[in-house]
Amino acid sequence: MAKKKFIVGNFTDEAVLFPAVKKVRRAGYKLHDVFTPFPIHGLDKEMGLRDTSLHTAGFIYGITGTSTAVGFITWALTIDWAINFGGKPYFALPAWIPVTFELTVLFAAVGMVLTFCWLCQLAPFVKKDHFNPRSTDDTFVMAIECTSSTNEAEAIQFLQAAGATDVKVETKETGWWLGSYANDKMRFEK
Amino acid sequence: MSIRSTFTAPKNYNTIAWTFMAIGLLSIIGLWVTSGSSTDPKEQARFWASLLQNSVFFLLIVNASMFFVCITTLAWGGWQMSFRRVPEAISAVVPVMGVIAAAILLSIVFGDNHTIYHWTDVEHVKHDEILSHKKGFLNKTFFSVVTILTVVLWSLLGWKMRQLSRSIDDEPLATMEERKKYIFKNTVWAALYIVVFSLTVMSSLPWLWLMSIDAHWYSTMYSWYTFASTFVSGMALIALFVVILKNNGYLEYTNNEHLHDLGKFMFAFSVFWTYLWFSQFMLIWYANIPEETVYFQPRAHGIYKGIFWFMFIINFIAPLLILMTRSAKRNYGTITFMALLIIFGHWLDFYQMVFPAVSPNKVPNIIYDLGVALGFVGLIMYMTGRALAKAPLLARNHPFVKESLIHHT
Repeated sequence: MAKKKFIVGNFTDEAVLFPAVKKVRRAGYKLHDVFTPFPIHGLDKEMGLRDTSLHTAGFIYGITGTSTAVGFITWALTIDWAINFGGKPYFALPAWIPVTFELTVLFAAVGMVLTFCWLCQLAPFVKKDHFNPRSTDDTFVMAIECTSSTNEAEAIQFLQAAGATDVKVETKETGWWLGSYANDKMRFEK
Repeated sequence: MSIRSTFTAPKNYNTIAWTFMAIGLLSIIGLWVTSGSSTDPKEQARFWASLLQNSVFFLLIVNASMFFVCITTLAWGGWQMSFRRVPEAISAVVPVMGVIAAAILLSIVFGDNHTIYHWTDVEHVKHDEILSHKKGFLNKTFFSVVTILTVVLWSLLGWKMRQLSRSIDDEPLATMEERKKYIFKNTVWAALYIVVFSLTVMSSLPWLWLMSIDAHWYSTMYSWYTFASTFVSGMALIALFVVILKNNGYLEYTNNEHLHDLGKFMFAFSVFWTYLWFSQFMLIWYANIPEETVYFQPRAHGIYKGIFWFMFIINFIAPLLILMTRSAKRNYGTITFMALLIIFGHWLDFYQMVFPAVSPNKVPNIIYDLGVALGFVGLIMYMTGRALAKAPLLARNHPFVKESLIHHT
């Protein structure tokens, strides 16, 4: 993937973070992302992110589960191996509803977890660069991407004025890689 | 339109309510002339069954409002505070509806006509082995004591909750200690109400009032299923009143975040209702024992088939598909439409609970019953409007109000 240059700042207060996000976007900086240790209500709207399409995917997986269950049981119990259970009709829909329900839930749940991992690029052995490890602990970390027209010194000052501490210019890998955090070790120990 | 903090009924509001009540009264008179005054006990029963179905249904859905108030109080919820006066006002109809329903139920039980509750026929019960085994539960004394006690307790505890809510309107709670004490007091009364509620709607009452119409048949699922039915329609009723008030420029702090949560309740409890409905249906379908399938025979396969499946579609499939998306639950138009549909659907549900046993050979003319239902709707509109006007629409001194103002889903 690509290595890019970022201006990274730390925030400790939501009440400072929200206006800062607004200011950064209004000033025309390219906001890469904000990393927080817990979900913050309304931050996605403030950052101008679109609604996730995870629910649509979940609905499609659910429908797939429903039709798989009904389709398979219908085929098995009416065509392939029709057995008379207690005088019930071969196509005994009420008896299949629990299985259909479970399969709908299973497909939707597993599908959505996998889709979520795909969207976030999470998987075993997949490694991604951290902007600041404190974003997993107690601070909100904002990363602004440097474009050809970004004046770095000015951007640092802007972020500091907006309430950020510990503002740095850093070069980070934006994609993911397979392997270890060997490079990180060096970085954190210095 | 400016925003006002106290409700005064809009121009047409009471006119519509009175018109509905007039239609209801005309329908009752019409029913009386066509069937109630007849000498045939089956025809008389059709008149009383209509009153029974409507009064019990509307009593249970206005009472569901108080259940909503108490359950959110008990869970220390704050999101509902911006519109909590609405369910409180709806629950103020409980005493009136309770008296009406109790009067109807008791006149059916103590009347000479045993078509609806044939366990009231002493001679018949003597020779009926199943009914004589049920005598300890299905008898006139127990029925009337439970009915009267229920209505009195619901009214008293509901009154206490409303009174607690209004008691701090003019005197803010100054210290943290006072606020904690106030919340604790609320919690205790709400818990008492929930105990009474669970002993009535969630267990014994639907068995007595509705299930005993099919006196030989029984289902332990029945009360839960009735509760789910009335709770989801109760939530729909609250949502409707919230939309009406918003449209007239009240409830300034209630926005589509709160509407979203009401929509979630309507969606979730529609599914919950289906779960219970199906659990009851599937076990009976699977076991296929005549004494149990006797309930579903006229409903799912007999002349009530159309109503039965239509009711299932509008109570399950429509809410499931229409209320599924986030944007639908935040849209005033969709919520209004779905609330009306859900209330109508569960009214039909009650219709098919009551009538197949009372009138097994022909489906009664449903127009009359719809007219009677409109009468009760008018009564609820009028009484709720009056109760809303009595207090400010925001309980502004309640310790949890801020939680509702910044509510975010």
